[in-house]
Amino acid sequence: MILADTFDWSTFPDAIRFIGDHPGLLWDKSLEQLHLSGVALGIALLIALPLGVVLGHFRRGSLIAITVANFGRALPSLVLIAFFLLVSTNFFWDNTAALVILAIPPILTNSYFAVEGVDRSVVEAARGMGMAGRQILLRVELPLALPLIFAGIRIAAVFVIATATIAAIAGGGGLGDIIVNQATYRLSGLVAASLCVSLLAFGAAFVLAVTRKLLSHSFVSDD
Amino acid sequence: MIGLLAGGPVIPDFGAGSKCETENQAFCWSWVSAHWGDTLQPALLQHLKLTGIAVAIGFAIAFGAALLAYRYRRLDQPIGLFADFLYTIPSLALFQLLVPITGITVTTVEIALVAYTLLILYRNILEGLRGVPAEVREAAKGMGLTGPQTLLRVELPLATPAIVAGLRIATVSTISIATVAAFILPEGLGRPIYIGITQDVFKTEIIAAGALTIVLALAADALLIALQRLVTPWRRA
Repeated sequence: MILADTFDWSTFPDAIRFIGDHPGLLWDKSLEQLHLSGVALGIALLIALPLGVVLGHFRRGSLIAITVANFGRALPSLVLIAFFLLVSTNFFWDNTAALVILAIPPILTNSYFAVEGVDRSVVEAARGMGMAGRQILLRVELPLALPLIFAGIRIAAVFVIATATIAAIAGGGGLGDIIVNQATYRLSGLVAASLCVSLLAFGAAFVLAVTRKLLSHSFVSDD
Repeated sequence: MIGLLAGGPVIPDFGAGSKCETENQAFCWSWVSAHWGDTLQPALLQHLKLTGIAVAIGFAIAFGAALLAYRYRRLDQPIGLFADFLYTIPSLALFQLLVPITGITVTTVEIALVAYTLLILYRNILEGLRGVPAEVREAAKGMGLTGPQTLLRVELPLATPAIVAGLRIATVSTISIATVAAFILPEGLGRPIYIGITQDVFKTEIIAAGALTIVLALAADALLIALQRLVTPWRRA
């Protein structure tokens, strides 16, 4: 690794200049990173969200939810990426598969405990009003569980976007390409690229917060 | 101090290995038993040390910050935002960013690892303290306990489950992030994995080091659960 630059007060202005000089590069790499993270997060949502919500609705499987959470945290991202590299050589799907597995635990556990944790008396009241199981789930439990479910998605999203950087080691592309290639892009490129990663992560968290707000409004104005 | 533990990275010697190793089959026990002493065990011990130091320092800082934010509510948001920001810096970048300042040293790795423990530990310690019911605090006051006494004898014990929950997450994720440290420093279980990815894809080494990392994380988690049961005997029903 070549470390040509020293870190000093000019590093951050240099990084800003780097952003100004290479907007196209950073934009392309950001899109790559978003693509990789988005696909992974989407697949993880499709798997974990329904599973967590339904298990929580029936109040079954707390052991599964806890085990998945504990085990999922114990899986280091680098180890997962390396493992998938051994079984296939499609760099995009190797990294996506690793990121999906990393994103599932927080979504599954949070959605399970969010729905399971809805006040029992509220559910009983809904049942007393003649609501069927599915109606209770959609109109009572889900709206009440929304904050915690979104907290889980937020953790997963920030984590996946930050971790997708490591994918560059295994040919996954994205902003990590700039970060691991300091010899070419210098320290200013490294700082600029990590700023972009942080921005993407905060951006995702912001989008999720807005989505949550819109969703809870639509729930409220439902009746 | 490092010299005592480090055996340095050992590049697998394909020539002298068994048939399984030369053919790079999925997993060779012969390699694991031959290189446990010179590669895997030192890496495991280094990993344990990196994690232990990071969690200890991270806990001390987060504890102080949480106490401050508990006392002065206004501080909560800025501290939380700062920890949030640290958490979104990609680990790969943070390790490299620190190299020009602190060099290719254990210090560099520890600073980054500590930075990542702060958010989880801070949030959990603060939530734990805030979760203490107001009437319990009032009762302690009524019994004549001073502020520090209430903290030590009432609030902290009651916050222990939340604090240990934070410690578990912080420890396990530090074990995970420490593998990325191998990108700059030839230490820890990440090294064989990193070499495996970027140089020669020697399957046994990647799988063995990866499995050891996971086992280490699960063992640390189990140990902390046992610790919590030990320090909060009143919670055992």
